[in-house]
Amino acid sequence: MSHKVIIPIGPYHPLQEEPEFFKLFVEGEKVSDIEIVIGYNHRGIEKICESKHFDQVAFVVERICGICSTSHPFAYVNAVEDLAQIEVPERALFIRTIIAEMERLHSHLLWLGLAGHFIGYNTVWMWAWRYREPLLDCFEMISGNRNHYAMMKVGGVRRDILDEYIPPLKKALDEINRAVDMFKGAVMDDPVIHARLKGIGVLTYDQAVEWSVVGPTARASGVDIDVRRDDPYGAYNRIDWTVVIRKEGDVFAKTVVRILEMYESIRIIRQCLNKMPKGEIDAEVKDIPPGEGIGHAEAPRGEVFHYVRSDGTNRPIRHKVRAPSYMNVASNKIAAVGQSISDATITLAAVDPCYCCTERVAVIDRFRNRKILDGWDLIRLSQEKTYKLRKK
Amino acid sequence: MSLKLKALTKSLWVFHLCIGGSCNNCDIEILDLLTPRYDVERFGIMLVGSIRHADVLLITGSLTYKSAVRAKRLYEQMPKPGVVVAVGSCALGRGIFKDGYNTPCPLDELIPVDLYIPGCPPKPEAMIAGIVKLVEKVKGKR
Ligand code: SF4
Repeated sequence: MSHKVIIPIGPYHPLQEEPEFFKLFVEGEKVSDIEIVIGYNHRGIEKICESKHFDQVAFVVERICGICSTSHPFAYVNAVEDLAQIEVPERALFIRTIIAEMERLHSHLLWLGLAGHFIGYNTVWMWAWRYREPLLDCFEMISGNRNHYAMMKVGGVRRDILDEYIPPLKKALDEINRAVDMFKGAVMDDPVIHARLKGIGVLTYDQAVEWSVVGPTARASGVDIDVRRDDPYGAYNRIDWTVVIRKEGDVFAKTVVRILEMYESIRIIRQCLNKMPKGEIDAEVKDIPPGEGIGHAEAPRGEVFHYVRSDGTNRPIRHKVRAPSYMNVASNKIAAVGQSISDATITLAAVDPCYCCTERVAVIDRFRNRKILDGWDLIRLSQEKTYKLRKK
Repeated sequence: MSLKLKALTKSLWVFHLCIGGSCNNCDIEILDLLTPRYDVERFGIMLVGSIRHADVLLITGSLTYKSAVRAKRLYEQMPKPGVVVAVGSCALGRGIFKDGYNTPCPLDELIPVDLYIPGCPPKPEAMIAGIVKLVEKVKGKR
C-alpha cells in the first residue's frame, strides 16, 4: 500500500464539514482498506478554555461543534456544577432539557436530509431541511440566534422560555411530527431504500463494543447505552421516555433509530412544556472551589464528556473534552471495508460524523496508485445505484 | 466594464471552503441557502465542486497551521477575476479562537478578501444581502 497520495482539492464538496480526510483503498469494486486523516480542524479549544473564566468557557465549548452546540455546554455546566455542588433550579433543568431535545431533532433532520442526498433522494434533503426551519425559528425566538443558542450557564440558563413562546413551539412540534411521520413512511415502505440500506455497513454488537462507539451508532447495533437514562442529568428522570434500540447494526437500523428518536424527542419536549414549574431560572454562583468535576450529556451523536479541574481561581486549570464522533468515525474502518464503492458513501455517512466526511474521500486504485474518483464521483455512483434499483 | 467583470455579475458559481478551525455552523447556514426557504439557486448562485469552475471563493473558519497552506494554494488556482468572501467571525478575524495556539493569522493576512460577512453564524439573509452588495459594487466599477 502506498501512501504517496496528495490530498486532492476536488473532494472539497459543498456538503462539507470539518476537513477530515478519508483515503479509501479499493480493489476493483471492493473497498479493501480505509485510512482516516484528521486534525485539519484542530483549534486547541481545551487550551483556550484554560485561559477563560468559568462563565466564558461555556461560549467556547459551544463553538466546538455547530450542530451539538447545546450538548457541549450542557456537559460542561454539568461538570462545573458537579465540582462546585451547585443546586440548579428546577425550571432551569426543564429548559435545558427542552433545548437539548430541540437540538437533537434538528440534528437528526439534518442528517436525514444529507443521507437522502447521498443515496440520490434529493427531495428528502430539501424536505428534511425545510422542516428544520420552523425549529430554527423557535430557537431564534427563544435564544435570539438560529444556531448558537448560548442558553447554558453555570447554575442555570441564560434565558427563560416565556409563556407566549409555548404555543408557537407546540405548533412547530406538530408540524415536525407530521414530517417525521412522512419520513418514517418513506423509509419503512420504500423497497428501494430497503435494498439500498439493509445489510450495508454492518457493525455487530461485539464490534460496536470493541470499537466503543456511542450514541445512535451503538444503539443501532443493539448496545443499550444512553447517558440520559444511565446517569440522568437535566430533567430526564422526571419524564417518561424510552431508549430506542435496534439489533441489526446496518445503515437501515441507524436510520430507523434516528427517526424513532425524533418521536421520543418530540414526546420529551411536550412533556417538559407541560410539567415545567414556575420559578427562578438560575442559581447564584459563588466562587468555584478547588477540585474536579465530570459531566456528560447525550449529544445527537452520542456521549459528550467533559472534565474540569479547578484550583480555586476563576478559571479551570484543566479542561478535557471527549466528543462522540471521534469514536464513531474510527468504526468506519470495519463498517466500510469489504463494501462496494457505491455503498461506501452512505456507510461513512451513517455514523453521522458531524454530518458527512465522505466529500473528503479519495478513491485510490491500489495497484496503480492513482486517484480515480473523488467525493463527487462517489456520490454520483451511489445515486446511480439507487436509480438502477428504482427502475427494476 | 470589461467583459470579464460583466460576466462576473451574472450567475455566481460559488466554491465553498471550510478552512478548518470552525465550528461548521457557518457551513450549515450556507447549505441552508440552497434549501427551499432561501433557495439561492433561483438567482443562478450554485455551489460547485471544483475551484476551477468558480467565480467566488467562499471561506468559513479560521485558518489553522495545517490548512493555511491549502487555502493559499486554492486561492492561487482560482480563475481570475474572482472574488473572495469571508463568512463568519472566524474567517474575519479568528473569532473566539483568536487566542488559540493553532490559529496563526486572520484570513485576510494570507489572501485578499473582498467581502466580509460578520456574525456567528451570520443569518442566511445576511449572506444574501452581502452578495447583492458585492454584485452592485462590481457593477458600479464601470
Ligand atoms: S463564525 Fe461562529 S458559527 Fe461561524 S464557524 Fe466560527 S464559531 Fe462557528
